[in-house]
Amino acid sequence: MFRRRFSAGPRLPTQAIKLTQSDSSTIPRLELRDIRKVYPAVVANDGVNLTAYPGDIHAIVGENGAGKSTLMKIVYGVTKPDAGEIRWEGERVRINRPADARKIGIGMVFQHFSLFETLTVAQNIALGMEGPYRPDELSERIESVSEHYGLPLDPRRLVHSLSVGERQRVEIVRCLLQEPKLLIMDEPTSVLTPQAVTKLFDTLRRLAGEGCSILYISHKLEEIQELCGVATVMRRGKVTGVVDPKKEGAAGLARMMIGRELPAYEHGEPVSVREERLVLDRLSMTSDDPFGTDLKDISFTVYGGEIVGIAGISGNGQQELLKAISGEAPLPASRASAVRIDGKPAAHFDADTRRDLGLTFVPEERLGRGVVPPMSLDENALLTTYRKGMVRYGLIDRLRVREFAEQCVQDFDVRCAGTHAAAKSLSGGNLQKFIVGREMNQKPEVLVVSQPTWGVDVGAASAIRQALIDLRNERAAVLVVSEELDELFEICDRIVVIAQGRISPARKPSETDMEEIGLWMSGMFPESETVKVSTSGTSHVA
Amino acid sequence: MTETIVGILLATLGAGTPLVFATLGELITEKSGVLNLGVEGMMLIGAVCGFAAAAESGSLWFGVVISMFAGGGMALLFGILTLTFQANQVAAGLALTIFGIGTSAYIGLDYTSVTLPNIDPIQLPFLSDIPVIGRLLFSLDPLIYLSFAMFGAISWFLYRTKGGLVLRAVGESPESAVSLGHHVIAIRYLAVWFGGAMAGLGGAYLALVYTPLWVEEMTAGRGWIALALVVFSTWRPSRVMVGAYLFGGVTIVQFHIQGFGVDIPSQLLSTLPYLATILVLVLISRDIHTIRLNAPASLGKPYHPDL
Repeated sequence: MFRRRFSAGPRLPTQAIKLTQSDSSTIPRLELRDIRKVYPAVVANDGVNLTAYPGDIHAIVGENGAGKSTLMKIVYGVTKPDAGEIRWEGERVRINRPADARKIGIGMVFQHFSLFETLTVAQNIALGMEGPYRPDELSERIESVSEHYGLPLDPRRLVHSLSVGERQRVEIVRCLLQEPKLLIMDEPTSVLTPQAVTKLFDTLRRLAGEGCSILYISHKLEEIQELCGVATVMRRGKVTGVVDPKKEGAAGLARMMIGRELPAYEHGEPVSVREERLVLDRLSMTSDDPFGTDLKDISFTVYGGEIVGIAGISGNGQQELLKAISGEAPLPASRASAVRIDGKPAAHFDADTRRDLGLTFVPEERLGRGVVPPMSLDENALLTTYRKGMVRYGLIDRLRVREFAEQCVQDFDVRCAGTHAAAKSLSGGNLQKFIVGREMNQKPEVLVVSQPTWGVDVGAASAIRQALIDLRNERAAVLVVSEELDELFEICDRIVVIAQGRISPARKPSETDMEEIGLWMSGMFPESETVKVSTSGTSHVA
Repeated sequence: MTETIVGILLATLGAGTPLVFATLGELITEKSGVLNLGVEGMMLIGAVCGFAAAAESGSLWFGVVISMFAGGGMALLFGILTLTFQANQVAAGLALTIFGIGTSAYIGLDYTSVTLPNIDPIQLPFLSDIPVIGRLLFSLDPLIYLSFAMFGAISWFLYRTKGGLVLRAVGESPESAVSLGHHVIAIRYLAVWFGGAMAGLGGAYLALVYTPLWVEEMTAGRGWIALALVVFSTWRPSRVMVGAYLFGGVTIVQFHIQGFGVDIPSQLLSTLPYLATILVLVLISRDIHTIRLNAPASLGKPYHPDL
C-alpha cells in the first residue's frame, strides 16, 4: 500500500524551499553538471547545470527549442547525453533507460500523454510499472493513491472515454504509484481549465510538502510565479539564469527567455461593420468518429471586422465544428443554411467551393492537413491559392506561385532554406507562420484558425496574433479556436465557449474573466442566453 | 445421416486448422503493429520444408518442427528488412510471398510424388467412447489439439498477462511504449517471428496431415484468406476461430455438392469458401467502435527509434 515517504505533514511549499535553501547540509536530490547533447542540426543542450533540492518546485522555462524537453529526456533516461554528469542524492549515476530512472525514484508526466486509448486506466498504469500484472490489487492501489492526492479516477474506464484533465490524472497517478522522489512535469497545464490548474497546483504543493522534488516545465510565466520557488531559464540550449520567479517578475523572465523585450500589440477599437460574414444557424451534426463529440444546435455569428474566439478543452466538439465550417464534413443540401458564408447557404458545399466564397482555413494539424509534408512550400502555397490566377488553361504559372510563396515567407519571417524547401523540413513554428501567411495573404472575407500559436515560440506567436488583428482591422471576419485562454483574452472582440458539443453565449473579454470562462468550459453556462441568429442583425451579444 | 454429418464436421476441423494456425500467428504480428503480407509465402516454405524433412527422416514430428523453423526464418528475413532497415512493410511482405512461392516450388521438385504415412489420431481414454462427441472432440489428430491449445494460450496471453498488454501497447502507440521503457523493436521481432512460425505450422498441417502430399502452390490463397480473417475478425482470437472453421466448413460442403453432381461449374463452387467467409465476417464486424477498440493503431507504420 502507498505510504508517505516523509513523516512530516503537508507544509507550505514556500516554507519547504526556505528550509532547504538555508540548510546548507541538505544534499541536492538531483544535480546536473555540464550536460551537453548535440543533434545533427542543433546543439540542444550546451553545458547545462541544474540543482534541485528535496521539496523544491523548480521551474524550467524557455522558448520552444530552448532545450528543456531534451534535458528532461536525459534525466528520465529516454535520451543519452553526449557529455556531462548526473548526480542523484550526491552520487554519480548513469541513467540509460526510463526503467533506471524509475528505479531510483524519478517519475515523468509527458506533455503529449503516453497513454493507450484502447486500454483501461489500470492497464495503462500497469504498463509503466515493473512486475507482473495483477488487476485487482493494482485497482485498489490506484484508488487509494488517487484519493490521498485528490485525483479521482476509476481504474476500470477506457482511456478514450476520459477528458484531457482525467488523462493527465492517469499519468500523474502512474508516477505517484512508484513513490517518486523527483517528479518531472512537462507543460502540464496547457490542456487544463483554470479550475483544473488550481487543483493540480494543490496536488503538486502537497507532494512537495511531503519532500518530493518537482521539475516544472512551462512557458506560462504567471503560473510559474504562482507555483515555483526557483526557476532555471534556458535559451538556445544554455542556461541564461537561475532566479526566484516571484522576485524577477514575468517581464524579466520573458527577457531572459527570448533575449529581448516582448513586442506589444496594437489592438485598437473593434471596427465591426455589422455585416454577417460567417453565420452558424442551429448547426447539429453527428460525429463520424465513434470517439468524437456530436454538435448540438450551434448558433453564432462572426461579423466583418471582429475576432471571435472559441474557448474550450480539446475534445469538446472543436474538431467537428471546424470540419463543419471548413467543408471537410458537408451537410445534406436540405440543411444548407446551417452554415452561411457572406449570406450564402454553404453547409452543403465541399471545402474547395467554400474557399471560392472567400473562406480560408488554418487547421490545427499542420503536417498532413495544413500542408503536404514532402511537397515544397511553393507547391503547398499553390494548393489553396490556385484560384487566385495561379493556374491558366490548366497550366501552373510557376513564377506567380513562387512570388506568392516568397511574399508569405517575407511577410511572416519564415525561416527556411527557400521556397523550394520541403514543408516537413521546417520547424513547427516556422511552418505555422507559413500556413497562416498563405491563408491571410489571400485577403479572405472569413478566416478560420485553429490553435494559431500552438508550439510556436513567444516572438513568433506575438507576430501571428498581430497579423490576425491587422486582418480584422481590414474588416475581415476572424474566428479563432484556441485552448490558450490568455491568447483569446488578448486578441478577441468576443469569446464563446464550446463544451460537450454545445456553444455558450458570447462575452466581450472586458465583461468577463478567466474564472467565468473556465466555469463555462466545464459545461456550466446559461442555456437561455444562447446567441440568437436573427435576420435583423440586432442580437450581437446577449 | 449422423455418420455423414460427423464426417463433414471432422473434415471441417481438418480444413480449418491450417487457417487457425496461420491466422492466429498473423494476429499476433499485427497486434504488435507490423503488417506482414507474406503469410502465403511463409506457409508454402513451411509446408515444403516440413514435408521434405518428414520424407527424409521418416518422422512427421521432425517435419513439424522444421516447418516452424522455416516459417520463422522467413519472418525474420521480413523483420530484418522492415524493422532494422525500415523498408516498406507492404512491399516487403509482397516480396516475401513471391519469394516463398518460387523457392518452395524449387525445393519441392523432388518431392512431388512422395507420400507420407498418416498421423494417427489420439484417442483420449474413455472420452473418445462417448457417441458422436467422442469422435468429434476426443479422437482427433495431435495437431488439431495443438491448435486448440494455441487458441487458448493466445487468448490468455493477450488479455490476461502483462506481456499481452505490452504487445497491444506497442501496436497502438510505439512512441508511448518507448517512453515507458519498453523495447519496441525487440517486441516486434518476437511477434513477427511468432507469426512466421505459426504460418509455417499451418503450411505443415496442409502438407503433412491434410493432404498429405506436396503440390506446388498447394496453399491456394489460404495465406491471403488468413490476412483477411485477421482484419474481419477485428483482431480477436475467438472470431478468428469462427472464420477459420467457416472457411473449412464451406470448403467441405462444396466438395459434397460437387459430388452430388449439381449443375454448377466446379470453378464457381470452389470460390464459395472465400466468398462466404469474407461476407460473413464483413457482416459481423461492421461496428466501427469495436474496430477502433481492437485494431492496432500503428499497423503498417514503421517505427523510427529516437536518436
